[in-house]
Amino acid sequence: MTVFRRMKIALGAALALGLAGTVAQADEQFFPLQSYRVGPYAAGGTGFFGGFIDYLNLINIRDGGVNGVKLTWDEGETQYEVERGVEVYERLKNRPGVAAWNPLSVGIAYAMIDRITKDKVPLITINHGRTDSTDGRVFPYVFPLLLNPYSETSGIVNYIASREGGPDKLKGKKIIVLYHGSPYGKETIPIYKLLADKYGFELEQIEVPHPGNEQQSQWLSIRRAKADYVVLRGWGVMNPVALKTAQKVGFPADHIIGNVWSNSEEDVIPAGDAAKGYVAITTQASGAEYPVLQEVIKTVYGAGKGNLDDKKRIGSVYHNLGIVNGILNVEAIRIAQEKFGKRTLTGDEVRWGFEHLQLDPARVEALGAKGLFHSINVTWDNHEGDGRVTFQQWDGAKWKVVSDWIAPDWAALRPIIEKSAAAYAQEHGIKIRTSGDDPVGQ
Amino acid sequence: MFDYQFLLEVLIGGLLSGVMYSLVAIGFVLIYKTSGVLNFAQGAMLLFAALTFVSLVERGTSFVVALAATLAVMIALGIAVERAVLRPLVNQPPITLFMATLGLSYIIEGAAQLLWGTQVHGLDIGVSDIPFDVGGVFISRFDLFAAAVAGSLVALFTLFFRYTRTGLSFRAVADDQFAALAVGLRLPRVWAAVWTAAGIVALVAGLLWGARLGVQFSLSLVVLKALPVLVLGGFDSIAGAIVGGLLIGATEKLAEVYVGPLFGGGIEAWAAYVVALALLLVRPSGLFGQKLVERV
Repeated sequence: MTVFRRMKIALGAALALGLAGTVAQADEQFFPLQSYRVGPYAAGGTGFFGGFIDYLNLINIRDGGVNGVKLTWDEGETQYEVERGVEVYERLKNRPGVAAWNPLSVGIAYAMIDRITKDKVPLITINHGRTDSTDGRVFPYVFPLLLNPYSETSGIVNYIASREGGPDKLKGKKIIVLYHGSPYGKETIPIYKLLADKYGFELEQIEVPHPGNEQQSQWLSIRRAKADYVVLRGWGVMNPVALKTAQKVGFPADHIIGNVWSNSEEDVIPAGDAAKGYVAITTQASGAEYPVLQEVIKTVYGAGKGNLDDKKRIGSVYHNLGIVNGILNVEAIRIAQEKFGKRTLTGDEVRWGFEHLQLDPARVEALGAKGLFHSINVTWDNHEGDGRVTFQQWDGAKWKVVSDWIAPDWAALRPIIEKSAAAYAQEHGIKIRTSGDDPVGQ
Repeated sequence: MFDYQFLLEVLIGGLLSGVMYSLVAIGFVLIYKTSGVLNFAQGAMLLFAALTFVSLVERGTSFVVALAATLAVMIALGIAVERAVLRPLVNQPPITLFMATLGLSYIIEGAAQLLWGTQVHGLDIGVSDIPFDVGGVFISRFDLFAAAVAGSLVALFTLFFRYTRTGLSFRAVADDQFAALAVGLRLPRVWAAVWTAAGIVALVAGLLWGARLGVQFSLSLVVLKALPVLVLGGFDSIAGAIVGGLLIGATEKLAEVYVGPLFGGGIEAWAAYVVALALLLVRPSGLFGQKLVERV
């Protein structure tokens, strides 16, 4: 990639939204993208938004859009900063045919909830966001698709149980959660406590102050505690530093289980050999062998329209997350079109599509994504959609899937989610929906 | 029963981490000593150096050639900063110069990403981080290597300042800029040289920190680790940077392990600043900093 091209991208994102994409018109469905291609989190941003755009391009080039409705998008650079994300929202929200917002940022997503609810446009927080937004009765426009933080917690504990030979073998084991010192990092503290009580494992939760570039004392404490497993709930530089420091104190990498924001190539490559054997949860497998990825390579990159500058990143964790996010957005539109007509839809109509986003393994296979992700079953009151998780292990060069698709313990988590959502509803004066046919809004 | 072995391990780990902080702090001290400027761009320079080096290596350049090329780039950067930023701002108040370095840090960070991209990189400098086991106490090989490098750097700078013409001119400018000008020293040349020296320190620190954290954007945040070191040791003392680093490193680790649990953990980031601020109240120029005496 030339310097000129990078300058063009950065300046284009910052100054001229019209440069990066196209403008939505009749029979077009528009995706406003609050991307981050520069700044500290650019590696993840370029991968995710690159994958998302690659899939939208695939649908346009291969199918001529969704039933003839062309997909369009524009990017606004946020550098992962909340105020910039909100600014981009205000700038792009009045463009015609807005389908959904996909910020891939907890902070930006939180800041948008009231706004998108008022404007009646879906907010997609795949694998992240407020856990209680899973409750569609209270959060009609927010969709933490595939995985919320509580399900992630349960999925990780279930995986450790499977390695130990069953949930009953967890009793007496010592699990330490090393979490990022931020609201994101702290969100799962009560759930780990709940699961420790349920399964009888010993639990310790240790905070790493932001940004996490120094963890000597935490890992010495872990070694002294003689932990059986460490769950790494990290972010950014905290992840490779955790792996390197674990090596420094002699803790085995294959007993460190990373959460969904500690599972990318960007988290392990800087750690070098120290990352070999490290295991992390994911909702989507990495690799480019899946038919949909092959089509993206052939059709989109073959036409010179690929979004990633470095083709080696095709099939990486963030790129594949973007691809899966693209599939879910496009299928929601397709489902909504069946009800409302093959035309540009309103945000509220796309919301209906997301609330009926049910892709079983057969449909996932038909979309060329068998093995890439398992399935999703979103309903009007369950906006997460019961996504399955799998675990991947870093072999020093690439991730390898090392588990089956695992189901979190949704039944145990649902009452906690409903309680939190009910408190939010009371605080904000929201009328709780009692059926999918209820009118939505504040 | 109190675990003294664990205490020793935490203490050694803290001291060795402190050496890494000192490496960053030395870059600040060099520039502050000679120009009175707190160079906020030191972290960005560190990132730029590490990113340039690792990008060249990944493009097939040999380690030695990449090191030489990065050194040349850092020298060019030092000279360019003096020409484009410092020289036009001669005689401006310190806060203006500080703001200039703040702007400079953003420019360097942006330029680094434009030139070399946004991907993170692993950096292997050939030093393993498998620990030594000394009587049950684990000691990091990498941190020992870093301490040796920092020690060598300090020794080199000490010799340079005492026995070379340029080094003596650095000291003269540091003592009194106007007197140095009066005896014929060229300030711009000294400043260019000192920014070059800071660039070299940034390269060394960038390689060591890059090998420790990976080479990524957040590398520039290591300056936050250097600030309490500077407050404690003094902004204009290389010896102070070393002693301050050791004290801060040890204090924050001991505080995190033994005091942290009382506060729910995660205190090391601000514990270092508590110590630095406490010292600031009783000794504003730091442990080794020069006391400012002014005629009023």
